[in-house]
Amino acid sequence: MNVIFEHNQAAHCENGVTSNLFKYYGLSLSEPMIFGIGSGLFFAYLPFLKVNHIPVTTFRPLPGFIFKRAAKRLGFDIKRKRFSNPDKAMLELDKKLEQGIPVGMLVGVYHLTYFPKPYRFHFNAHNLVVYGKEDGNYLISDPIMETPTKLTYKELRRVRYARGVFAPKGHMYWAEKLPEKINLKEAIVKGIVQTAKSMLRIPFPMFGIKGIKYLAEQVRKYPQKLGENKAAQYLGQIVRSQEEIGTGGAGFRFMFAAFLQEASEILKQQSLHHLSMEMTEIGDLWREFAVETARIVKKRSSLENPYDGVANLLLTIAERERKVFQELLKIKNINP
Amino acid sequence: MKKNEVPQDDANMLEGKFKEPCYAIDENGKYTTVGSVGWEAKNIIMQDAWDEVDQRIEKVKQQVISGYFSPIAYYMEKNLMDVKILAAYVGLWRFKVKRHLKMKHFDKLNDEILAKYAETFDIELTILKNKELN
Repeated sequence: MNVIFEHNQAAHCENGVTSNLFKYYGLSLSEPMIFGIGSGLFFAYLPFLKVNHIPVTTFRPLPGFIFKRAAKRLGFDIKRKRFSNPDKAMLELDKKLEQGIPVGMLVGVYHLTYFPKPYRFHFNAHNLVVYGKEDGNYLISDPIMETPTKLTYKELRRVRYARGVFAPKGHMYWAEKLPEKINLKEAIVKGIVQTAKSMLRIPFPMFGIKGIKYLAEQVRKYPQKLGENKAAQYLGQIVRSQEEIGTGGAGFRFMFAAFLQEASEILKQQSLHHLSMEMTEIGDLWREFAVETARIVKKRSSLENPYDGVANLLLTIAERERKVFQELLKIKNINP
Repeated sequence: MKKNEVPQDDANMLEGKFKEPCYAIDENGKYTTVGSVGWEAKNIIMQDAWDEVDQRIEKVKQQVISGYFSPIAYYMEKNLMDVKILAAYVGLWRFKVKRHLKMKHFDKLNDEILAKYAETFDIELTILKNKELN
């Protein structure tokens, strides 16, 4: 049995899948709403964790966190399953589809045939929804795409069993019904407060505002420590995480600003609207960081000390973000 | 970022397959999304990263031709893998895969093992056996 599944494109796959799945059960929330309620904004610079010989910078929490938090705060009961046997994983999927249940799953991007080639690397935490079967092909709602698409049995099985970091092992998840009572305001406040806490209060130098400052000081040392070529690669990688991987621009800062704007109306708190505007300006600064980095990569920077320049820009960003999150930490549900 | 400032710098990074949604504010200060085909700053940085990959592949290719590395090393780079990922795909120990990257060990491999690599790289077994570098 094929269900009618409304597909909406999103900037980020996890928000998109969450939003599309919830909508199927009758709860219509925008991508920024899901992102905010799921506390999707984050920052970490992890010099000891390298991918392709370059340290990892991330603007979001670990894969799965946004979905898990949003589902919990809105009261959805989510079931998940992993399988050691690929045949069984496909069989279980078929069973769910026969029952008319759309299924979310984690897949590897590298073998996803419909992805543009410059975006295909070994990233295994991509989310999509399978919502039916037609002539042996699976009907796919991939939030990255503008329209639904299809995968053959072989193709789907392959991406479900991609190997390497975060190997999905056939991981699939689904909800069975809409929760009886949804407290949207409460969920929004929880989402905001947790975002502020994780940006301000994680007691390690790599995370949140401390992480941005830490990165700034590392960037300052890049040219002496790594030489010109490698320094440019390291810097470029930061911008790739910021702009390339479905962030909606500026490392999710614009999406978060959109969330604060929506939240200010729902919670009827004008202060959130001002913070949204400030976050937009901070997003513009992140974009400036990307532009300056591109100039460094092209060896066309007009700054006297380009790396000091971008490091200082990061420090400015960190300071302004700190103020925003300190304000957000005080948000309460005053009109329940 | 304002709606009319969302960049549309096409460098064919998305191969025309879709536009990427960017969040921006409209004339009334309201957030909305605008599909973007690309942004110059991002295109430059992505292109640079891919150039780097191409250089690495070319370097390994030369070392295969000179007889030091094996075709497995070449196809590993070409598929953007490292030893860890490749070992996970073929289901062998990492130290074994590391050995197979050298031509002197590669020449002793049987068809059964080579077939595992060929399948992982999505190529015919004969291509691997004939040491063709495509």
